[in-house]
Amino acid sequence: MGRKNLTPYEKVLEARKADRTNLVEYIDTLFEDFIEMHGDRLYRDDPSIIGGIALFHGMPVTVIGHRKGKNTEENVRFNFGMTSPEGYRKAMRLMKEAEKFERPVITFVDTPGAYPGLEAESNGQSNAIAESIALMSRLKVPTISIVTGEGSSGGALALAMADRVWMLEHSVYSILSPEGFSTIMWKDRSKAAQACEIMKITAKELKEYGIIDGIIPEGKRSIAAIDKVLSVELSRLKKNSGDTLVKNRLQKFRRINESAFKNDAS
Amino acid sequence: MNIDDIFKQRKKRWNSLINIRKNIKTEQFECPKCKKVTEGGVLKKAKWICGECGYYFKVPAHDRIEMLCDEDSFKEKFTIIATGNPLDFPGYEDKIHENQEKTGLSDAFLAGSARVAGRKIAIGVLDSRFLMGSMGTAVGEKICRLTEYAGKRKIPLIIFSASGGARMQEGLFSLMQMANTSAAVEQFKNAGGLFISYLTNPTTGGVSASYASLGDIIIAEPDALICFAGPRVIKQTIGQTLPEGFQHAEFLLEHGMIDMIVRREEMRDVMTRLLQMHKK
Repeated sequence: MGRKNLTPYEKVLEARKADRTNLVEYIDTLFEDFIEMHGDRLYRDDPSIIGGIALFHGMPVTVIGHRKGKNTEENVRFNFGMTSPEGYRKAMRLMKEAEKFERPVITFVDTPGAYPGLEAESNGQSNAIAESIALMSRLKVPTISIVTGEGSSGGALALAMADRVWMLEHSVYSILSPEGFSTIMWKDRSKAAQACEIMKITAKELKEYGIIDGIIPEGKRSIAAIDKVLSVELSRLKKNSGDTLVKNRLQKFRRINESAFKNDAS
Repeated sequence: MNIDDIFKQRKKRWNSLINIRKNIKTEQFECPKCKKVTEGGVLKKAKWICGECGYYFKVPAHDRIEMLCDEDSFKEKFTIIATGNPLDFPGYEDKIHENQEKTGLSDAFLAGSARVAGRKIAIGVLDSRFLMGSMGTAVGEKICRLTEYAGKRKIPLIIFSASGGARMQEGLFSLMQMANTSAAVEQFKNAGGLFISYLTNPTTGGVSASYASLGDIIIAEPDALICFAGPRVIKQTIGQTLPEGFQHAEFLLEHGMIDMIVRREEMRDVMTRLLQMHKK
């Protein structure tokens, strides 16, 4: 932690480390009186997502995020942070409840991707992700997402269409895992390190592109830095009406397209 | 510089594409299923269905529009929006040029206005011949603009998807199109618009997991592969081998993910009836 000058692939490895701070620890240190909620009211409770209500400096907020374990046994239980449709549907249920009671929503993103499995497919993985993105796009309460580890593919975006998106210094945010990318581009899973060089997945690169809003330094002062980002951003966002929040959020994501065309080298 | 100015600069370049739109009428196509070889012109007349075994060929975007819409009613829009190379991805420009030459399209999405049995609609078609119909910034931006156009004119929005998912060469810019297109469609629907999402073979990944799954009505073509993670990805990631027919349109219908499966031959008829019943 706190090391500088990591290559993109070293950052991927750092972001995946089992001893990296996980969601349970973030909730314990950043919030008070967390009350966890369970289940999607349709099928089951997906343990790869934690969601609930907590106090942030006395203010009620809804906290939702991907859960990874610290060891193999935990990871098997939490499906390595790979969320199934039920998890996204639980998240949506909690976001709607937050909106009803005018609580901000804070999400923590750390997933190798949405779960690619038989049951997830038959329960509508595509539908769940699409609906979650669509819901986040129209929530009339402030939303902040923090990518803390691996932010991979639609499985990450489903919790990250927020007013503000921040990344931890050594976290990564990508269209899919470098291994998956390598398989698609070169039909060879082993070229992940090479893939990382051209995928542009680091916080620094994504900040330069204007895709994320800021970078949170890692190390001893990381928790204090996250606390400050949340405090400052929430106090700014809370000044806006629900309609303004939605309008600004949509514009913010659309502006990314402008920068894509501006970055065009041709 | 304003985004529209950037597009205007490119207009000249894309205009030249119309002239190279390849005449596929004389090209020979082999059926992947029964191996029968048929001329493009014959296939086009037969709605790109194999005369021997009934296999559904990929439909070029312009032909799809002709199959659905009233004759000569299509007016292409947003032609000047075309992909750049936001990540400086090695070889991406060449790849784009190659695909433009092959298909005569500026990118994988063709959009415009048209009429179906006299009813005005906004229509978009992903063409899977162009980089697997993958969704990058240009495709995403065009889908958003088409959706906003439909919203302003208060006309139905119909999008045919055929896509391998997000475009790898544009990295996170592509992922952001899942956000942009989903948000645009959500706004349109909440303002009272009708969105019919038509899924054709294949509709997967970032396209399946964004706007394409958000139709008021979702229709699929028979046997189309529709999924988030394809069979190969599932096998490689978690080692599960999928049963035969899994993730095909019929399976999705059974599991409640789509409204109906419509054969290509009946597409225009079904769409006409649906549009008529959605008049306010």
